[in-house]
Amino acid sequence: MRPIPIRELLADQPVLRDLEPADIELMAGCGHNEVFQAGTYLAREGAPADRFFVVRHGKVALELHAPTGPLLIETIGAGDLVGWSWLFPPYRWTYDVEAIDRTRVIVIESACLRAKCDADPVFGYRLMKRFAQVVVDRLQATRFRLLDLYGNVDAR
Amino acid sequence: MPADAGAVATSAGRRLRPPVGPMVPTRYRVVSRERETADTITIGLEPVDAPIDEPEPGQFTMLYAFGVGEAPISISGCPAREGALRHTIRGVGATTRALCRLEPGSVVGVRGPFGAGWGVPAAEGSDVLVLGGGIGLAPLRPVIREVLENRRRFDRVAVLIGARTPADLLFAPEIEAWRARSDAHVAVTVDAAPRGWEGHVGLVTTLIDRLPITPTRATVFLCGPEVMIRVVARDLVGAGVDAERIFVSLERNMHCAVRQCGHCQLGPLFICADGPVVTWATAAPLLAVRRW
Repeated sequence: MRPIPIRELLADQPVLRDLEPADIELMAGCGHNEVFQAGTYLAREGAPADRFFVVRHGKVALELHAPTGPLLIETIGAGDLVGWSWLFPPYRWTYDVEAIDRTRVIVIESACLRAKCDADPVFGYRLMKRFAQVVVDRLQATRFRLLDLYGNVDAR
Repeated sequence: MPADAGAVATSAGRRLRPPVGPMVPTRYRVVSRERETADTITIGLEPVDAPIDEPEPGQFTMLYAFGVGEAPISISGCPAREGALRHTIRGVGATTRALCRLEPGSVVGVRGPFGAGWGVPAAEGSDVLVLGGGIGLAPLRPVIREVLENRRRFDRVAVLIGARTPADLLFAPEIEAWRARSDAHVAVTVDAAPRGWEGHVGLVTTLIDRLPITPTRATVFLCGPEVMIRVVARDLVGAGVDAERIFVSLERNMHCAVRQCGHCQLGPLFICADGPVVTWATAAPLLAVRRW
């Protein structure tokens, strides 16, 4: 069975569905497949953010290291993006990223993708818009979680 | 039956008939009590006197903790299916805390059932998404059971459950049984979890566009905190779900439950009678109004 090209794998991901085929092609040129076993780390807080991930199967956890042990912030599952620290200096991961299940990802090398964005600002703009939407969605979800909606009920 | 059956004699020798009607509670005995979470229990009730009408999933009753007060509680299990009338109650005020303290053998007052239910049969033939957040899962439990017990009548089925933490999940053993089924997609997400939790952590909305249903042919049953309902329904409509096929259960300050007192009014609707289940097409413009 022939391996599925990265381009096709990326095009199948819901988080990238708004990108043009040519944009997917450019991204695919910077990507490859990797598998992480449950309990292994895709990234570590403070380490160089020289890549990011598109989750194909499985689930990862964003964690923050604390004296009492890791704090689980959020989980990210299939079809979603992990990592935007590669976009901005100092290009360091803010959180640990741990595989909860056996997780298949497409790894995108960030220096490669940034160079393509610099060379083709129109592509770069479309990509940034997509990433900005992901960031906004996560911010809004985080705000709602901060409201503790499930805790506020009719006090009769 | 004699005309004065049930009448009681007063000290003056007169015979008075007990009042009847929707404002008079019927006595029910607590026959089971299960702790769901630290502040939430599920009680099973059986009638002491004549039973109330068989409720439809989505309807509610007014439960009266004698000597304390009355509160509207959604029905989490119907007698015809489970033998007892089940209510899942979160103790957050004087009345609901009193109801949560009830032990088997205690007697409560029940009025109802009231309001419009979910209308599950209307979803037959379509994809079904049941989405419940927090205590909002309670009125959806009968929906999930009805859909899964009649699985072949529906196309793809997804259940999405949100809670504050894993310890705040209602019906945990039952959820595990639902998750074990191969003919339904059941996902649980919590706002916060300790390390070791294997489910999702994040808002329910983050899982919506990953669900294995086709939005344009889906019927949605949605219940939870009102802000959650608004956010989720907005996202569902954005994904292509018809607002007429999104059914939401609204909570308002129900007192009389018979369209008289007006405490539960939401614009032109009396939520106790026109609701609590309404379509999102009906609810959206009303919920968009600030301070009726």
